[in-house]
Amino acid sequence: MESVLDIKQLTMDFGGLRALDHIDLDVKAGEIAALIGPNGAGKTTFFNCVTGIYKPTEGDMFICPPGKKRERINGLKPNQVTEKGMARTFQNIRLFQNMTVLENVMMGRHCRMRAGIPGAILRNRATREEEQRVVEESYAILKKIGLAEFVNEFAKNLPYGAQRRLEIARAMATEPFLLLLDEPAAGMNNQETKELDELILRIRSEEKISILLIEHDMKLVMSLSDRIFVMDYGRKIAQGTPEEIKNNPAVIKAYLGEDIDA
Amino acid sequence: MNTIKELKKSFLIALWFMFLTFPIMVIKVNTVEQTIDWRWNRLAMVGIFSFFASWIWRYLLQRKEMGQKRAEESETPTLTFQQRVLQNPKFTRPALVVICIFAAIFPFYFSMYQVNIMTTALIYVILGLGLNIVVGLAGLLDLGYVAFYAVGAYSYALLNVHFGMGFWACLPIGAGLAMLFGIVLGFPVLRLRGDYLAIVTLGFGEIIRLILENWNEFSFGPSGIANIPRPGFFGIKMSIHQSLIYIYFIMVAMVIFTIFVVRRLQDSRIGRAWIALREDEVACQATGIDKTKTKLSAFALGATWAGMGGVVFAAKTTFINPASFTIWESIMILCIVVLGGMGSIVGVIFGAGILILLPEYLRAFSEYRMLMFAAALVLMMVFRPHGIISAVRRTYQFEGSPEKKASS
Repeated sequence: MESVLDIKQLTMDFGGLRALDHIDLDVKAGEIAALIGPNGAGKTTFFNCVTGIYKPTEGDMFICPPGKKRERINGLKPNQVTEKGMARTFQNIRLFQNMTVLENVMMGRHCRMRAGIPGAILRNRATREEEQRVVEESYAILKKIGLAEFVNEFAKNLPYGAQRRLEIARAMATEPFLLLLDEPAAGMNNQETKELDELILRIRSEEKISILLIEHDMKLVMSLSDRIFVMDYGRKIAQGTPEEIKNNPAVIKAYLGEDIDA
Repeated sequence: MNTIKELKKSFLIALWFMFLTFPIMVIKVNTVEQTIDWRWNRLAMVGIFSFFASWIWRYLLQRKEMGQKRAEESETPTLTFQQRVLQNPKFTRPALVVICIFAAIFPFYFSMYQVNIMTTALIYVILGLGLNIVVGLAGLLDLGYVAFYAVGAYSYALLNVHFGMGFWACLPIGAGLAMLFGIVLGFPVLRLRGDYLAIVTLGFGEIIRLILENWNEFSFGPSGIANIPRPGFFGIKMSIHQSLIYIYFIMVAMVIFTIFVVRRLQDSRIGRAWIALREDEVACQATGIDKTKTKLSAFALGATWAGMGGVVFAAKTTFINPASFTIWESIMILCIVVLGGMGSIVGVIFGAGILILLPEYLRAFSEYRMLMFAAALVLMMVFRPHGIISAVRRTYQFEGSPEKKASS
């Protein structure tokens, strides 16, 4: 199957610290892949490199959106990466607090809209129609994610779990082919995690979006992912299906430490 | 409220104040006659005043906290009184009509002096609304805004001196030049935020002023440029009084135009991008918004309005020199935006009214002007941190959404 995201030998140095050490990773079309590892392993750094927030020291990053040509995305700005069709969420929620829920989702549509300053001032037909269309599409996304009841609420007033889902809604509004979720279940209770599980599966099956997620909740990772990549100290130490990862000695060592009795 | 406890607290505060102010308020040494004058009645006044002041202060604080708690507990968002009034068409429509009529007949019933200060206030309204784009919407703290105002004023004055160009030709040129300077300032500060941005813009404002002050061949230095013509009206000769009224109406039209534009902008794709930039820069980029374009457009548009204001200012006073464009002006405009309410159009208009008109009418207290500004700002930050009138975001109605809200 075709890879939508293909990372080759990605390396990132912060001064003398090597945060990422020649990482190879790929996400296939329609796949849910997970990136796991102990705290400080470099998972979020990896996301930041892929989405253009950091400039990697070495390595190549390619994307291949379904039905389009394969493309190198090194050196693109974060907004250009999003425009190409990779959307992300953040580990610590980064919503636009003082905007309404609907506006937050409409922001995601920004890069798919064309209206400029003259259009905004003159409010010509094209702008009005675009605006109306975006409002409706955004509301449809909110409905799908289950946030329709909060449309006009300020984002900061939402309950925690809803804020996490709103971040996903905003990312989905950018019409991505690949969604990068950074610890989507962090701080959620069991019920919320279960809902998230269903939501992610639904996003894949209904929207045909591939997903790469960072997560610490092993139950969620094992049940959701098709393939898992494990990182430790900036290196990739294992990759494979959930079954393979569960029984991989290197992974167990990274998580639990060396077994003294053995 | 636990009355006895509160009373005791106020009483202790009063005692403390009496103790603190005792040396300066009570004892008066007469060095000529070598006597000491004990003014005990003053001590009593300090006591009574501080007692009631502390009482009211704590009462207001408590009320504010209770209001916040109520707002947090209730499910539906509670609108404040001021928001309800401003959003109710039954109130806003008649109010708009009254304001329009008042603005239309104002110059014919009031003296030239009144018209003059009203025109000044209107100039500050458009300056405030322009800065509101940069500070209130895009969240970029700009302390050198007056530089663009100076660019507008000087472009009219210099074009007139050298090429004899009139007001109407210079208005768009002044605005355009200011916009250009906005972009010029915008480029180096693209990566800066918050304090750093404030310092750089502050420096930029001072650079413009110092250039105007010292480059004599270009700007005529500190002596300024005099005899700048007032705006013409198809070549008809007007008396000073008539042309002041004329400038007043030009300003009214410009204010209406500004409100129209800013209103449309803030609910558009660009306006939302500005607010998103203010809220979270990293998320904003990750959501697909071009930070460079968004920041530059905010700077450019904000500067455009300052430029237009500058051209009108030069035409109104017929004389400009660098002393009109000091850092104090920038601070003043920023105060208008902050005091009125960042991001709120009505708030900025209110702010300009309060900060420009009140000092004119309260000339008797002019010595205390700075003291009152400071007190007003401190009180604001404690009781209304979002400004006199806080910004409201647009809401949308969908089928099914209201019922859902009611049932939850």
